[in-house]
Amino acid sequence: MGKRVLLIEDEPNIIEAISFILSRDGWTVHTHEDGETAMDKVLAFPPDLIILDVMLPGRSGFDILRDVRAHAQTGRIPVMMLTARGQDKDRELAGRLGVNHFMTKPFSNTEVRDHVRHLMEA
Amino acid sequence: MPHRRLTGSRIREKRLDQGLRQSAVAEAVGISPSYLNLIEHNRRRIAGKLLHDLARVLGADPSHLTEGVDSELLDQMRAAAAAFGETAEVARAEEVAARFPGWAGLIAAQARRLSVLEERVQTLVDRMAYDPQLASSLHEVISAVTAIRSSASILVGQEELDADWQRRFHENIHTDSRRLADSSEALIAYLEAPQAESATATSPMEDVEAYFEARDIHIPALEVAEADLDAVVAEAGLVGPAATLLRITATTYHRDAMALPRQAFEDASLALGYDPVALAAKFSVGFDVVLRRLATLSRGDGHPPMGLAVCDASGTLTFLKHVPGFTLSRFAGVCPLWPIFRAMGQPMRPVRADVVLPGAVPTQLRCFAVAQPVGQVQFDVPPAMQSTMLVLPDPPDVVRDPLPVGVSCRICPRSGCSSRREPSIDGDMLQAL
Repeated sequence: MGKRVLLIEDEPNIIEAISFILSRDGWTVHTHEDGETAMDKVLAFPPDLIILDVMLPGRSGFDILRDVRAHAQTGRIPVMMLTARGQDKDRELAGRLGVNHFMTKPFSNTEVRDHVRHLMEA
Repeated sequence: MPHRRLTGSRIREKRLDQGLRQSAVAEAVGISPSYLNLIEHNRRRIAGKLLHDLARVLGADPSHLTEGVDSELLDQMRAAAAAFGETAEVARAEEVAARFPGWAGLIAAQARRLSVLEERVQTLVDRMAYDPQLASSLHEVISAVTAIRSSASILVGQEELDADWQRRFHENIHTDSRRLADSSEALIAYLEAPQAESATATSPMEDVEAYFEARDIHIPALEVAEADLDAVVAEAGLVGPAATLLRITATTYHRDAMALPRQAFEDASLALGYDPVALAAKFSVGFDVVLRRLATLSRGDGHPPMGLAVCDASGTLTFLKHVPGFTLSRFAGVCPLWPIFRAMGQPMRPVRADVVLPGAVPTQLRCFAVAQPVGQVQFDVPPAMQSTMLVLPDPPDVVRDPLPVGVSCRICPRSGCSSRREPSIDGDMLQAL
């Protein structure tokens, strides 16, 4: 079984597309759509990599990233953030919170696959 | 005396306009062509009989050849130069205004228009960055585009894609493309709305001021107890933020009018020589109410011109009534020495100050100002402060040492001013900070 990716994203068709391409690459992909309960999912299913959207229902990706980094069990998990807002201040905030990669929508499938592979191998 | 120096320029301009030779004009008034040449180049002063003779030959009114240029127009031209670097011949602004008043007015008008448009651009930039509705609309569009791109990429890039997956991703693309069309349409509708609301290049505050100025700051419909504010706002024809600001300003006007009924206030103002302290005492109302109310007295009814400025605690001007000789710059960073700002530093204490503006003919003004809290009083919440200043040009009794003030630092020629924020482009271009 391949390494585990947790995709936290609320757009169903983006979830389906990313899940499809990462599964084809051999990763085990789990998904979660709600920001409020996302941290519970991270703790219940400790992944090898988290792909995290910024704008989520209930709680923002920044808040979730802050919790992930603060928790001893999840603090070292690589996190790749997805956002429709490419503003510098968002990028800076994500950097301060400890994100490993910040990707702006609309991204290409190749970008996603390359960065997931890079973060998994790091 | 700069305006005297320019008399020669005006004489030359008139002569050239009429296609007259210098020698012919000189002969007509009994002087040598070389002497007229010196006059025209402002190297000889001219007055009296010779001035009248030249005016007669040129078909001009002598006063038109000697009168100074509108200082407000000069300030606006200098502000325009300041806004666009220091390539213009700032020291010759007065000469340009005297010789080409139409072009000078156009420069000033374009500079004002540019300032308003720049402010609007900044508003739109802020809106792009912080408007939650716009952010939500853009997020919807970008999410749909991302989903379509990703699904389409799978369809064209995966060689071993079975029929079920193909159908599934085709359906996803179809769903997202419809969603993209809807969200794009909504986004365009949202972005187009404000343009329809305000087609002119003025700010909402200026729209409100223009409404009051067109009525000489006197709105009879707001002078009665049963004033219909909705009707006043509707009649003004303003929309959007300008309509909201007008309602706020009209509400204050109506409240002031109820506190100081017009006829009684006019009579008392005449009797008390427009003294705001005496008027406040007579009617037992706040000093700021009297200042605002005095500004509504019309020159058409025989009252002296009185300007008004109102600002908030940040110094942002929220209302301006211009009168000849008095204006404050909303865009170029106003001089902090005006009493309206000093009053903010001593709330509730009225300020009376005579000020003088720089210029060929220094303009003296009498100012009354007071800063007071506005709005509801709340525990543990700092009050919102507002400063109000009434300005009387040409005060009847001239004081010896009026307070020097300016329009804004960039166009102020004063040296040694401890309040200077930036160098001036006047004179030698750079004044030491």
